[in-house]
Formats: sequence, C-alpha cells, structure tokens
Amino acid sequence: MGEKKETKRVRAKRVNYSRYGYYFIAPFFIVYCIFSLAPLLMTFYYSFFEYYRDGLNVIGPNFVGFENYVNLFKKGDFFQYFGNTLLVWIIGFIPQIVVSFLLALIFTSHRMKIRGKTFFKTVMYMPNLIMASAFAMLFFLVFGDTGPFNQILIDLGLIDEGIRYLSTVWGTRSLIALMNFLMWFGNTTILLMAGINGIDPSLFEAAEMDGANSWQVFWKVTLPLVSPIVLYVLVTSMIGGLQMFDVPEVLTRGTGGTNRTSMTVLMYLNRFLKTRNYGDSGAVSVILFILTALLSLAVFRLFYQPERKGGGGR
Amino acid sequence: MKRLLLFMLAVVSVFVLFGCDGNGGEASGLSEDKGKTLVIYCWNEEFKSRFNDYYFNEANNNNMLPNGVKVKWVMTPSEGNAYQNSLDEVLPRNDELGDDEKVDLFLIEADYALKYVNSEYTLDIINEVGLTQKELENQYQYTKDIVTSSDGKLKGTSWQATPGLFAYRRSIAKEVLGTDDPVEVQKRLSDWEKFEAVAELMKEKGYYMLSGYDDAYRPFTNNISQPMVKDGKLKLDDKIFEWIEQTKKFTENGWNQRTTLWSETWAQGQGPNGRVFGYFYSTWGINFTLLENSLENPDEPAQVGNGIFGDWAVCEGPASFYWGGTWICAAKGTDNLNLVRDIMRKLTCDRATMKLITLETLDFTNHKQAMKEIAEDPEYGSSFLGGQNHIALFVKAADKISMKNASFYDQTITEEIQTAMKDYFDEQVTLEQALENFYKAFQEIHKNIEIER
Repeated sequence: MGEKKETKRVRAKRVNYSRYGYYFIAPFFIVYCIFSLAPLLMTFYYSFFEYYRDGLNVIGPNFVGFENYVNLFKKGDFFQYFGNTLLVWIIGFIPQIVVSFLLALIFTSHRMKIRGKTFFKTVMYMPNLIMASAFAMLFFLVFGDTGPFNQILIDLGLIDEGIRYLSTVWGTRSLIALMNFLMWFGNTTILLMAGINGIDPSLFEAAEMDGANSWQVFWKVTLPLVSPIVLYVLVTSMIGGLQMFDVPEVLTRGTGGTNRTSMTVLMYLNRFLKTRNYGDSGAVSVILFILTALLSLAVFRLFYQPERKGGGGR
Repeated sequence: MKRLLLFMLAVVSVFVLFGCDGNGGEASGLSEDKGKTLVIYCWNEEFKSRFNDYYFNEANNNNMLPNGVKVKWVMTPSEGNAYQNSLDEVLPRNDELGDDEKVDLFLIEADYALKYVNSEYTLDIINEVGLTQKELENQYQYTKDIVTSSDGKLKGTSWQATPGLFAYRRSIAKEVLGTDDPVEVQKRLSDWEKFEAVAELMKEKGYYMLSGYDDAYRPFTNNISQPMVKDGKLKLDDKIFEWIEQTKKFTENGWNQRTTLWSETWAQGQGPNGRVFGYFYSTWGINFTLLENSLENPDEPAQVGNGIFGDWAVCEGPASFYWGGTWICAAKGTDNLNLVRDIMRKLTCDRATMKLITLETLDFTNHKQAMKEIAEDPEYGSSFLGGQNHIALFVKAADKISMKNASFYDQTITEEIQTAMKDYFDEQVTLEQALENFYKAFQEIHKNIEIER
C-alpha cells in the first residue's frame, strides 16, 4: 500500500512538471500556428481559387480547381525561373563551399597555428550582418555603368569605356552569385571549423603516423567525419538559395535582368502580389514547396546511402 | 494534450476577441466636417509644400484651417507600388475608420489615375464636393479629361498642368548649330526627321542627342490614336513601334548614351560633365529635376555660376506631350468635406494663388488666365533658362495635349515595355523576344486582358 502511494506521488510530480513544460513552449506554438501554419495552409487553399484585384475591384474568390496549376505548367515560365534560381545558387555555392573548406582547414590546422582566429572569423562573418537589400543596392551603384568600379578600371587604363555589367546575362548572374558567396562563406567557414574541431585529434595523429599526406587526410578522415555538417550546409543553403529574392530583386530592380535570365521563383511570385493575385501566387508557392522538399530529400538520400551500406551489418 | 489544446484555444480566442473589439467598436457615420483631423495621403513633399505655403501658410500668421483642425500627412513612397498599396488598403474601409485615420484627401498620378477615378472611393468634384463648372473653367481641359470617370463624372482636380518641352544646352547648341535662340533651335527640331539630322551633327562633335532609351517615349506615346486597351484586349499602338524603331536607330548610331530613365548616368548627363544635348521633360522636370541635376554643388544657392545653371533653354521639339502631374481627390467617407472643397478651390481654381505659385516656384499652374498673364509679361523670365520665358511655351504646348486615349493600363504598359525593350536596345534579344517578354509581364499583372498581336 505504502509502495503504491509512493509511485502515485512520483507520477503526479512528473505530470506536474511536464505541464509547465507545455506552458513554456506554448507561446511558440501559438505564434507559429497563427503566423506560419495558418498562412501555409491558406496558401494551399487559395491556390485552387481565382482571387485577385483588377484595379480596386476584388475578383473572386472563385473555385477553379487545378486551373492555376495548369496555366502555370502551360506557360512554362515557372521552370525557366526555377532553373535560373538553381543555376545562380550553384555558381555561388561552389566557390562558397570550396573557399570555406580551405579557410576552415587553414584555421584548424595544427601545423599552421594561425593567430587571431577570432578576428578573422568576425571579419569573414561581417558581410552577413549587412542587410541583403542594402548590400545589393551597394553593388547596384558600384557596378553601375558609370559607377566607381568602372571608374577605377578606366583610371587604371584597363578599359576605355565603362562595362555595362547589369545589361548582360552573365554580368548580372555573376554579381548575384558573388554577393551570395560573400554573404555566406563566413557562416559556412565557422560551421565547418566547428565540425573539424569536433573530430577526435587522435584520428589525425594516427593517419599522420601511418604516413598519410594532407590530401589523403582530408579525403579519408576530415571529409567523411564532417559530412553531416556539409549536408546541413548544403541543405540549408539550397533551401535558402531556392528562396533567393532580395539580392536579385534589388540588383535588377525587380525586372529579372536581361531577358529575365536572373528572375528567381520568388521574384516571379512577387510580380503576382502587385495585384494581390492569391490564386496564381499560391500555386507558385505550392510547387516551389514541393520541389524544395523533393530536392532536399534527394540530397539527404545521396549523402546517407554510403553510410547505410557500411552500417548494414547491424 | 487535451488541456494543452484547451489552453491554446483560450489564448487564440482572447486574441480574436481583442481583435474584434478594436475594429468593430467605432461608431461610423460622422456627419460632415465633424472631423478634427485632415488626413492627406501622398508620396512626396511636393503637395505638402504647396499646401503649407499657399493654403495653411503658418508663417504669415494666415492660418486658414478652421480652428482646431490638425493636418496629418501620410507619406508613402511610390517605389514598388507601395503608395497605391497603402491607398488600396485604407480606401475600401474608409467609412469605418476613426477621425484620425479617415482619409480626406489623397493624391494620384496620371499614369494610374483612372484606377481611382473609376472607383467608388473618389467623390464627384462637382456634384458631391461642390465646386462649380464656372470655378473650374480656367483649368486646362486635358487635366480634367484624365480624371473624368467612364460615366462622365469629374473625380479630381489639379493645381498644375504638365506640358512637356525639349530642354537643351545652350552652349552645345551654339557650338553645333551656331545659335542658342529657342526659336531658331526649334526650327531645326520641328519634326523627327530634322531631329535625327541634328543628332548626327551632335555625334560628329562628340555629343549625344538624347541620353537613353526611354527619353523619347512620351513624345511618341502621348500621340497614340486610340486607347491601347479596349474591350479587354491589349493592342500596342503604332506610335509604340515608332518609338522602338527610332530608339534602336539612335542606339545603333551612337546618338544616345544608352541610359535608362532615372539612372545615375542619365542624371549625370544633365550636370556640368554631361555630354547630352537635350532631354524631353515636362514642367516639374525642368524646374525641379533638371535644375537640381545641373548644379555643381547642390548645397550652394542655385544661381548662374553653380554648375550649368543658366545654360539650359526650352523649345517645343518635334511632338507635343505631357508627363506626370498630380491630382487631388476627395476620398469617399471624408468628414471634412467643407475644408476639402475650400482647399481645392483655393489651390486649383484661384487665379491669384496659382499665379503666385508660378511666380515663386516656376511650376506651371493649371489656370489658363493666370498663365496667359505671365506668358505675356515681357519682364518675366527664368534665370535657370538663361532668361527665357518658358511659361509662354508651356501655354502653347498645354493647349495641344489630348488625353482622350489614356487607359487605366498605361502605367503597366509604360513600365513593362521600357523594361522589355531595354534588352532589345542592348542587343541581348530579338524584337520578337522582347515583345513576348512584354506581353508576358503585362499579363502577370492584368491576367484578364487578352493580347492582340
């Protein structure tokens, strides 16, 4: 009897604590439901409606089934802009991951023993502190037809006439990629440094003792062991990259650059918002959501397959 | 879990309850001129300074606002459609708003005027606000046409008319054409063929005739033969194609500097280091934008000696056009109707006030009689334009403007065709591709309009 009472009290205590736990997390979930989950579900809902403004007149909401989706696929623009987004993200991401790895390896190397690591980390992280739109505005001015960058090149005698960077396809794309690279390589470097520092030093020592050179150490020890971090960087960067908006929007003034070759999916979406076209913009959002989920899953699969094979024994 | 759900439900319902309380409690239907706050929506300082200087006039101790009425300015920049978005948000529920929030007056621009004019949210100036035809008779007809709704009601009124002219550099004219006299220069520029001949001369001397791609857009498109969107169909006017053809020619021949409107390089071309002969500009552009850009040092007084102040002159150019302009509308639901009427009367119909505005600010005001008086005044001249009486030219140009072919879609057409054609002028795409991009962009915004190719 006494024993039973004891357990009851203990159980009551536990329930009590967990209730407080729920109270503490409740604000987040409430805010999340109101400001994230509800709009998310509404997006799905409205993507099946004709609902926009013509001047000041509101048209709809009229249920149209999959018409918004069909139109989107028929026009085909969406996939062009999805391609643009992916392309610009990749040409920014490749230098980002390479440079970040290089810097992370240099900063964590026992042999080099770099001084002032904190200082460099701060400096590298700096570009990320600037608002993306302000950064893009800066580039817009610096790389303007008569902007300071051209002025310097002319003064140095390298060119006779200003280059019109933003009037060419690759000029615009490269600038966007460059900005994304500058903004994110510091962040990635710090993540990779943390990952490399987390590796047991004895593994490196063992590899060295076995006569592995730096190249082999990197490919055989470092890379496999930080691969979860690399995966994390890749997936977050990809999700962020697919939602690229402010940099190209400001840099091209919302036009998507020459022949719309730098228009991203979100910029396309933004064009519908001018007339509050919830139907079409909802359809764009839903497709982007699905594609992002699929791509993230694919990347996940790709990275985890070898490990599963290795651990297949049990 | 159940408790958690209940708790969340409780919190949510508190939110909802509070929300309802805040919005629904206000008593609507305040009668006329009960309002103690005059709320004005606008996108820049221009009207505010006119209002403060010529209506409110605090400095002269001439406070004409009925005692106790505060003025509240709600200023939202036009960029990215922000201004229209703010209006669209507030106008439909104007009746329900409190005195402090309720829009009384708002300003609109020509390119999208019809959107508001044809809506139920603007008051009829004559039948509802109470200005008379007689009071409005001295306004230029086109300034009334723009803001006349499809059922014939006048829905706005303006203190300015914005005829356009060709502003050119006197020093360059002297060097290339041998004269800087506006009458003589006009003879060399009176049609597009002559205009192009002069462009070639400019190039030979190392100057550009125009700055860039969009400069001649309005002189062409203000002369279209019918509205470009009719019965739900968009058909580009021949004038648009003339503009494209001419601009392509100018670009290929090096007669322009390949800029876009409002860009850094475009503005620099109007300054001391500019190599551009002239710009198509309307009233406000000449007296505000061009004047500011011409100065070497913007902090010093604007006078001869500062940059190229005084080196500019104006002539009619090859085609008549207008550009821009601001109209005042009375918002449906205003609780200061008498005050609104008085402001409109004083600022847009009163001869003495409007003449004073022109004399003091160089702006061209919307009063035929007053403008005629200044135009005929031999003493009057603008020192910025080397002593020229530009009002005389504006008076001539203003009479020629016709607005009957404007449509509510003009703003989208203007913005999107300039964007799309830039790629063509830049030799990045073919004309067909550029047109395709334009149609695509147009339909993203007006999905219910068909394209007629």
